[in-house]
Amino acid sequence: MVLWDPRIEEMPKADLQIRQYKLLKSLVYRLYSFSPFYHDRMKEQNVHPDDIRELSDVRKLPFMFKRDLRDNYPDKIFTATKEELVRYHVSSGTTGKPTVVGYTQNDLDLWTTSLARGLTSIGLGRGDVIQVSYGYGLFTGGLGMHYGAERIGATVLPTSVGNTERQIELMQDLGATAIACTPSYLLHIGEVAEKMGINIQKDTKLRTGILGAEPWTERMRTRIEDWLGIKAYDIYGTSELSGPMFTECAEQKGFHIWSDLALVEIIDPKTEEPLEAGERGELTITILQKEALPMIRYRIGDISSMEDEVCPCGRTHPRIQRIQGRVDDMLIIRGINVFPSQIEYALMGIPDVGQHFQIIVERKGALDDMLVRVELSKGSFSDKINDLMQIRQNVEHRLRNSLNVNVDVELVEPGSLPRFEGKSKKVIDKRSL
Amino acid sequence: MDTQKYVIKQISIFSENRPGRLAAIAHALGEEKVNILAFSIAEANGFGVVRALVDHPQKAHDKLQSLGFNIAFTDVIAVKMQDKPGGLFEVAKILGDAGINIEYSYAYSGKDGAVLILRVDQVEDAIMKIKKSGATLLERSVFH
Repeated sequence: MVLWDPRIEEMPKADLQIRQYKLLKSLVYRLYSFSPFYHDRMKEQNVHPDDIRELSDVRKLPFMFKRDLRDNYPDKIFTATKEELVRYHVSSGTTGKPTVVGYTQNDLDLWTTSLARGLTSIGLGRGDVIQVSYGYGLFTGGLGMHYGAERIGATVLPTSVGNTERQIELMQDLGATAIACTPSYLLHIGEVAEKMGINIQKDTKLRTGILGAEPWTERMRTRIEDWLGIKAYDIYGTSELSGPMFTECAEQKGFHIWSDLALVEIIDPKTEEPLEAGERGELTITILQKEALPMIRYRIGDISSMEDEVCPCGRTHPRIQRIQGRVDDMLIIRGINVFPSQIEYALMGIPDVGQHFQIIVERKGALDDMLVRVELSKGSFSDKINDLMQIRQNVEHRLRNSLNVNVDVELVEPGSLPRFEGKSKKVIDKRSL
Repeated sequence: MDTQKYVIKQISIFSENRPGRLAAIAHALGEEKVNILAFSIAEANGFGVVRALVDHPQKAHDKLQSLGFNIAFTDVIAVKMQDKPGGLFEVAKILGDAGINIEYSYAYSGKDGAVLILRVDQVEDAIMKIKKSGATLLERSVFH
């Protein structure tokens, strides 16, 4: 097995932790001395850099939130000078003001290094053609993957998003072996290819998908892998961390979080107490070596759990599990917490309906009413109304069992639900709150 | 007995229950110069199934499929009825006496008389029984 940087990737855990501690300590000293924002935060929390005496003392430090970036728009908390900055990215800002992130050359190098390790761990390298179908531009996905792929010596096909038919032609003509995009866009590519009479499995060289930027599930992975004949790997990151940063390895058992770059904690979002390995909670990340925009105990709002055993691939760095929802994506239906990812998981187990869905929440009288619209699979169409009613009832039953809340299901025509090329918006909440 | 010549290919189309869906189907068939000989709509809560006998079922199937419709062929049979009071009763009685269970059915009355279209569980069995009872089955070649 090939490793990008064996010395770091297989470093004993104890040595990694010493390294993390040293990096954390120097980061905190630097911020306390040079960042008015972070200096004040530490004062408020009554903590001094000298209080950081071991790695677990990270828990004494104050949290950071998305709103800290928004409130300090565009660059008030940057800790690099304008001369030192070499790039900006701007997050889409679907909820409120956009946020701006800045990078020094060193920040870009470490981001690229992180991806080079990840892409190598899924077997990519020289000779591969990686089609980057994440958006290029202000979004971090396109350029991030681009530099990561170039670093490992692969050939980049920078298609960005959109113009799907042309993407498929180029995939075929230039022999793309891997594609980086959102899972929903890959499904869209698969559907468009079928319409064009192209079988991704037989007519292209594609064998790897690096999929992220939106939540997806294990069953969706199975479906993509079986349908398109590729291995599908999850990738994780947000612009505040730099961009897409951490991939699964060939084992497909969670993202490796490189300990020399990031310190992960999983906390209970309500009590803010640390949780044990394997427990589900809010992902909190400290980026240890960032220069332009350090993020300390950043609460991304993603729900996951951590695994700290040495991976079967030999890498010693901890892994976080597939993102299982967002603290703020959670729908509350009649007092019950519902994550769209649970609905997706339940639907993937029902071959009668396709992988696309839409959730519509309304308030009828005093009660919340949830409607899930699903596409009837081509092979499941029966001419008999009774059979169709049966399918609908079965889907309703399965959803009710997994969500513990009553759900109405509507069968719609295949291809009729909106497809999204970026982050999908699968929930329409019509309740006026 | 060659029962196959009495088996007629009906096209069945899944449709959401919203304005314009039937128009979309009919327009597509018109464009392909496919003539609709008989048709019915079965509706349930929120969706429906459009069933039609057409002169070129394969052409209709391919066109609608290319437009993304969920479409299937269904085997049906057609029984000739007298176009006069009591006509349906005669046929229905024959079917009942022969123990044929009807899944669904629809009818049309054209220039060559009235026709009852039937979707049954056991097509071959039904054809034999109807023939034996003396009723007239229309051959597939009448339609397509």
